[in-house]
Amino acid sequence: MRHFLSTETATHDELTSLLDDADAFVEVLQRPIPKVPALRGKTVATLFFEASTRTKMSFEKAARALSADTMSFAPGTSSLKKGESLKDTVLTIQAMGVDLMVVRHEATGAPWRVAEWAVVPVVNAGDGAHQHPTQALLDCLTLRQHFGSLEGLRIGIVGDIRHSRVARSDIHAFAILGAEVTLIAPPTLQPLDVTGWPVAMTSSLDESLTELDAVYVLRVQAERGGASVFPSFAEYRQRFGMTAARLAVMKPDAVVLHPGPMVRGIEIDADVADSPRTLVLRQVANGVAVRMAVLFQLLGGDRHE
Amino acid sequence: MDAGDIGRALRRISHEIVERNAGLDDLITVGIHTRGAPLARRIGALLNAIEPGAEVAVGQLDIGMYRDDLDTRPTTPLGRTELPVELAGHTVVLVDDVLYTGRTIRAALDALADLGRPGRVQLAVLVDRGHRELPIRADYVGKNLPTATNERVTVQLEEIDGADLVTIEPYANTPGGRGT
Repeated sequence: MRHFLSTETATHDELTSLLDDADAFVEVLQRPIPKVPALRGKTVATLFFEASTRTKMSFEKAARALSADTMSFAPGTSSLKKGESLKDTVLTIQAMGVDLMVVRHEATGAPWRVAEWAVVPVVNAGDGAHQHPTQALLDCLTLRQHFGSLEGLRIGIVGDIRHSRVARSDIHAFAILGAEVTLIAPPTLQPLDVTGWPVAMTSSLDESLTELDAVYVLRVQAERGGASVFPSFAEYRQRFGMTAARLAVMKPDAVVLHPGPMVRGIEIDADVADSPRTLVLRQVANGVAVRMAVLFQLLGGDRHE
Repeated sequence: MDAGDIGRALRRISHEIVERNAGLDDLITVGIHTRGAPLARRIGALLNAIEPGAEVAVGQLDIGMYRDDLDTRPTTPLGRTELPVELAGHTVVLVDDVLYTGRTIRAALDALADLGRPGRVQLAVLVDRGHRELPIRADYVGKNLPTATNERVTVQLEEIDGADLVTIEPYANTPGGRGT
């Protein structure tokens, strides 16, 4: 692996290898001193051109737990304001001496452009509504911890699929690891074209619920126009919200995941969010471990081979 | 070394451990992933058989995150680190299959230091093949095998490889290669 940009082109072996290493890092993070020297002397730069708190903090925590140094780039206070191009920004940061770049950008494909310009490995931390591959990894790790394997699991992804990079990353990762994925959304939030995607699609959550091993609840993304494409939040909750009544009809060992931040009372009710069957905090903890695995594999070994 | 040789070497090492430590109180054998781990389990079982009433703990340690050559060799899959007891106050007997440059043991000592503060650390190896690059020696050695650096020592164990066997062969086309 030279870069980690998308789950779409990943292989079963690559994903499994990352998850296996992540298991080892989960143990490291539980130690009294949750730090190993693997990437001592390396510098990881986080370039977040779009707002993020949890993903950025998670990558920085992962880098530091591997003893790497971190540098962060904040567009609000940078020379972007003075008109510097993305390319010049990337080349400038690279010239300071960084060993890996973590890039989030509101434009689809931006991390691929960065990967063309940069000589160092690039990790996609979210590009537009396209991909967020480390989120998919942490979701896979969380499901694998709970069920032992994703092989044969039935997973429903519910909500704003159209605007969701999380969904686009998860769909491929889940399918590569052997799960059956159903997309559940009102027609206005369904993707325009699912040709080639390994999924089924429906607009009825209630018809699917009893079949599912896991429900992946997506956030209603008001900032991406989500709220303007259904009549009201109340109606959305009634048809697609994860309520206690819906959780009750699911299989006894079925679980609920959410990428965060949760909007309680719309896509997920508070009592479901706080239920032990909702693995949200496990997902967050696993996020650090899978990002450690990605950094470790990209920065280990002779990259110039 | 065949299965009989390996079994005898491990039994002798186990008796030496009992003798050197005047008993087995607070002793833990810790195998280095991968082939040290089953050896540590075997030595643990032998120790419990030698000293009636002994309850030697057995752990395993992965040193993949502590290697000093992560820059030059591709990463290998990480194994599990599992220590059933707190290390503080314990005598740790590190167990590995082959002692060569000493760099693996150096990494294991660093890993142990991150996991706790053992009272003492001792080292048991099935094979010492020489060519140390660091000031490290083993307390218990199954067999000293004089080798050249262009030879490869391969240890096979029942638990992993289906049979117990130690062989030396030329390390083809990679003079100075590390082997194991």
